[in-house]
Amino acid sequence: MESQSSTPNFADLVQSDRVHGSLYTNEEIFQLELEKIWYKTWVYVGHTSEVPNANDFVSKSIGPQPLIMTRGRDGVIRLLLNRCPHRANQVCLQAKGNRGSFTCPYHGWTFSNSGELRGFPFPEGYDTADRSELGLGQVNRVAEYKGFVFGSFADEGPSLEEHLGAGGRDAIDRLVQTSPEGEVEITAGFLQHRAKANWKFIVENETDGYHPQFVHASIFSIAKSGIGDLYSNDSTAVARDLGDGHTENDLRPEFRRIDKPMNWFGTNEARLPDYVEKMKAAYGEEKAREIMIDGTPHVMIFPNLFIAEIQIFVIQALAVDESIQHVTALQFKGAPDLNRRLRQQTMGSVGPAGFLLADDSEMYERTQRGVKSKMPEWNYLGRGKHRERRDADGFMVGDATDEVTSRGIWRHYRELMEAK
Amino acid sequence: MSSQLDLALLAEVQQFLYMEARLQDSNLYSEWEALWTDDAIYWVPANGADIDPEEQMSIIYDNRSRIGLRIKQFYTGKRHTQAPASALGRVVSNIELLDVTGDEIKVASSAMIFECNLRADTIWATRNEFLLRRTEEGLRMARKKVVLVNNEKPLYTLSFLV
Repeated sequence: MESQSSTPNFADLVQSDRVHGSLYTNEEIFQLELEKIWYKTWVYVGHTSEVPNANDFVSKSIGPQPLIMTRGRDGVIRLLLNRCPHRANQVCLQAKGNRGSFTCPYHGWTFSNSGELRGFPFPEGYDTADRSELGLGQVNRVAEYKGFVFGSFADEGPSLEEHLGAGGRDAIDRLVQTSPEGEVEITAGFLQHRAKANWKFIVENETDGYHPQFVHASIFSIAKSGIGDLYSNDSTAVARDLGDGHTENDLRPEFRRIDKPMNWFGTNEARLPDYVEKMKAAYGEEKAREIMIDGTPHVMIFPNLFIAEIQIFVIQALAVDESIQHVTALQFKGAPDLNRRLRQQTMGSVGPAGFLLADDSEMYERTQRGVKSKMPEWNYLGRGKHRERRDADGFMVGDATDEVTSRGIWRHYRELMEAK
Repeated sequence: MSSQLDLALLAEVQQFLYMEARLQDSNLYSEWEALWTDDAIYWVPANGADIDPEEQMSIIYDNRSRIGLRIKQFYTGKRHTQAPASALGRVVSNIELLDVTGDEIKVASSAMIFECNLRADTIWATRNEFLLRRTEEGLRMARKKVVLVNNEKPLYTLSFLV
């Protein structure tokens, strides 16, 4: 298939219940993905709380491209490309900091944190150079939804709100209301976990409700965790295709059945008295109880933001077989007692040594090696196709362990890759 | 520390650190677990050597009960990333006695670790700091801090005992 055509035929490669193995290994397809997904659609970059003050900056990325997320003196957040317009040297080498300008170490060109060229040494050496044309590159569109900052390299296209859709927006709305002040903060620092695997294996796994019982059996059994049951064959949780590539495992049916506040976090109200008090004061008794029963979402915002109940993962595609998961604990404004536990649990679960993620990443790398075997060519994603149905909001849902989520991701992928 | 180096103590500490390395390289999990005191902290920071682990994410920040969980997970046989277990060879060096106070000894060391697993061969370099305590059973670890020299970079899975 690869040798017969110079342009991959995505209608052949992505079918309704199976996808071709070359989608994970073909270098040409990876380059097309950069062009049609990573450097075109909305990609999650960072959070406003990472640059709270004027002149704050933090190093970020979209795919393999490093970026500097800055907050200007004017309070506006911008995504600057880390490339001097002179000879392409990187102008910023720090992970984060506070400064109003960036000076390129190569020839001393200086740029404001809003990207404009402020000046270069020995200006008499330039006759006709137009300074306004020699600023740092910027991601064409930057938008924020409730503190989550996304960038798109396309001048035009759907708005961020359209991209997130009703499902994506609702997930973030549900997330932020876990804070008594309605705000998420990303302040605990990131672990960077590298995997020798294609980024799509990671995206698909995030809302694959079939694997937890097997991949994570070791920790579920010894930590007496209830998580395994949420993804059992008898679970009332649902897998949902939110459209536009976004997917979720909606665990609320299980949490509502159990009907105990804070059970979603494996704890109870008595252990978090300050938090519970603040939630009731902020939302009222009834609504606070509802929020504390439903818990936070488990949602994959295509292509790279995974909100995983207690932490977020930012997936970075680096090469066809190389990806980084940037992960940190979610922190909720006004909830220090909850936040401390969120950090502790996150540190145990994720990152290079995590009880959960070290095993997930093992699977990513094994599948990357496995898919190099040429037969049977296809990955079969037909689980639950016979029982998928529309929910009251019109979204396609399946049982907790069904692959309705993977099918939704791939359908959207195919649309993006076939677009002109 | 007195200016006179206590060679007998240095030899004892060296032998202890070499034993710890041997247990780790041999994946002798419960034997290694027995080296910890009840108030132990096992810490592998991320993003530098001096972050506040109570506020910032670390790669590992285990108290004694979480060390126990880590060890138990190996014995389930379903810790997939260590099944098969990494093949390991490490060299421990630069052992320096930093402080002796009562029954506690603060020690610095370095390690170079060669890991071979299903993915590839990986070399890890660490600067370690121990708080050892003299107990009736001999020296024990009350605290071990492992600073991976590249802990500000993306790291592959690190699931063996470092």
